[in-house]
Amino acid sequence: MNILTTWRRWSLAAAVCLTAFGAQAQIKIAYIDPLSGGGATIGEHGLKHIQYLVEQVNAKGGAINGQKLEVVAYDNKGSPQESLVQVQKAIDAGVRFITQGNGSGAAIAISEFVSKFNERNPGKEVLYFNYAAVDPALTNEKCSYWHFRWDANSDIKMAALTNFMKDKPEIKKVYIIGQDYSFGHAVRGAANAMLKQKRPDVQVVGDELHPLLKITDFAPYIAKIKASGADSVITGNWGNDMSLLLKAAADAGLQVNWYTYYAGGAGGPTAIKQTGLDHRVYQISEWHTNVPSPEMEAFADSFLKKYGGSSGQGWWYLRMKNEIDMFVEALNKAKSADPKKVATALQDMKFKNILGAEVFMRPADHSLFQDMYISSFGSGTKHDEEKTGWGWKTVGLIKAQDTVIPTTCKMVVPS
Amino acid sequence: MLELIIFSTLNGLLYGMLLFLLASGLTLIFSMMGVLNFAHASFYMLGAYFGYQISRYVGYWPGLVLAPLLVGVIGALVERFGLRTVHKHGHVAELLFTFGLAFIIEELVQMIWGKVPVDYRIPEALNFSAFTLFTTTYPAFRMFMLLMSVAVFIGLLLLLTRTRVGLIIRAALTHPNMVGALGHNVPLVFMMVFGVGCALAALAGVIAGPALVTQPSMAASLGPILFVVVVVGGLGSLPGAFIASLLIGLVQTFAVALNVSVADVLAPLGVTLTRDSFGGDLWMATVAQVAPIIPYLLLVLVLIFRPKGLMGDRDT
Repeated sequence: MNILTTWRRWSLAAAVCLTAFGAQAQIKIAYIDPLSGGGATIGEHGLKHIQYLVEQVNAKGGAINGQKLEVVAYDNKGSPQESLVQVQKAIDAGVRFITQGNGSGAAIAISEFVSKFNERNPGKEVLYFNYAAVDPALTNEKCSYWHFRWDANSDIKMAALTNFMKDKPEIKKVYIIGQDYSFGHAVRGAANAMLKQKRPDVQVVGDELHPLLKITDFAPYIAKIKASGADSVITGNWGNDMSLLLKAAADAGLQVNWYTYYAGGAGGPTAIKQTGLDHRVYQISEWHTNVPSPEMEAFADSFLKKYGGSSGQGWWYLRMKNEIDMFVEALNKAKSADPKKVATALQDMKFKNILGAEVFMRPADHSLFQDMYISSFGSGTKHDEEKTGWGWKTVGLIKAQDTVIPTTCKMVVPS
Repeated sequence: MLELIIFSTLNGLLYGMLLFLLASGLTLIFSMMGVLNFAHASFYMLGAYFGYQISRYVGYWPGLVLAPLLVGVIGALVERFGLRTVHKHGHVAELLFTFGLAFIIEELVQMIWGKVPVDYRIPEALNFSAFTLFTTTYPAFRMFMLLMSVAVFIGLLLLLTRTRVGLIIRAALTHPNMVGALGHNVPLVFMMVFGVGCALAALAGVIAGPALVTQPSMAASLGPILFVVVVVGGLGSLPGAFIASLLIGLVQTFAVALNVSVADVLAPLGVTLTRDSFGGDLWMATVAQVAPIIPYLLLVLVLIFRPKGLMGDRDT
């Protein structure tokens, strides 16, 4: 091989590299969530969200004087181990901002990994934006300066749900079912403790954990709920574990009230419609499509048009919009895409979101506080979900300042 | 309570019969060719996906017939041009061949249909509740699944015990050389059995697909349980596979309903165990929580205490 051909190869390789990495986006965000397996449906749904958000930001000229954002998707298969492999891959590809949401097991692993990485690689820091993993540990004993969360943690959600249940005398027997991992344990613990305190007369007739995202037939579990005589079910299930649980309930004709975190996730609304439980499935979330706000409704409509597809799965994560909007604001404020400077700008940010509501990041644990809505799913709403004709209706609103709970986090601010 | 028992039995029988549709082919193939087909569950998955694809054009019912036929042909081709060639190099090579095949099929399915579950719908004609017992409804499609698998079981039984083809197959199971010497084309018999085994697996896929989520991980999650069924039932024994399928189906379903833990059992004896005792969660985990691993416990115990399996006549 002579020198010329070698040189040609190198220049060719360099040209390929330039077109691949150089000319395009300057600020990359790695989206690391399940894109296969039981969590794939909601992982794909979330990916569409972030792609749409980034398109919007870029169409408006990007951030910091015209730098464009770019999303790179990595499939973590819903597993903590695989998440770390993907985070490493993203870092190797030059990504400095990571976002993930589905699964607190994966979230804790990523948060710890990022903390260690940043400690060992000063000047090459990586930030982790968590839009949905709500295990309280992430902003308490396992908190990290490099982790920011845009969703209310599980304890806040359960406090709101149980406050709502407190005033419903018809609730007598409650069944708690959840996924067997850190988040599921957190939900069942909080549910038991808070019910005991707020409604000591309520009987917990079942307290069940099942394998995470592995079950394809919930019929045996539904038979058990039925046999327990429960009138209400509390669950933190998400992804297929939520939609298939509801589907099995529909098949068996189970008539109970559902108090959920994520019944509105992809596939959930279709399954609720099958159960025929009109306004008997409740959800606690930071937003739903029928929260009055012309600007957000228009935004959700345009997303539905572009990404809804045949299943008609519309916008769900306002928290992800808050995340990207605040990220862009932080980039502009810091006038730099250096993660360390972005973190400084983010850690105490107060922000007016698209609903016109104030949200704020608490520096003590990097969790965002925002208004939370309890809503029920059923007929007679302005906007519907997944072409079911049914939609979410607000039945309770908790203002952001009322969701603030103390943290045990001892935030270590890097020098 | 009675309600729970009845519906758990129904769900358990259904799951067991589905397992049997798969295990019957697997155990026949094993006893004939000595190959433990690792790709067997992949043919089940192919059946579900083919059924889904066909249902999008011409509805569910044609898929019920066409998908198993197609997969059966693919299975026969795999035997003729894959396994038979590899056979020369011994059983280990065959085993590895099917092992690799399982991964290839999974990857292909992901490339063609994507990683997200496909929307395989229950046919409209069966989208109602078959009956209501106490206050629980039972979907008609599940009833159909149960009846279909029972029908296939009876058909298979009659084919093997009452027909000439069955006679040759049973003879080829134990004395392949003698059958060959009598002028029968033994390799052809092998190919047919492999094809029919795959077709049965595909049929299970078509009837389970709409109810149990058609997704690329469906083969990998069912595969290991099949080996448990085949080993517990006794390798090569069809009645054994039948009993083991139902046993495992029922055990898994009923285990979900049980909330007893080791700590609960020992409590009356004066032994108090908590999460903080040595062993931690081991004592507190309920039967329901460990339900998914009970079949594997059974597998280990059977291998130790009765290596022949329930009905087998040779050691595993």
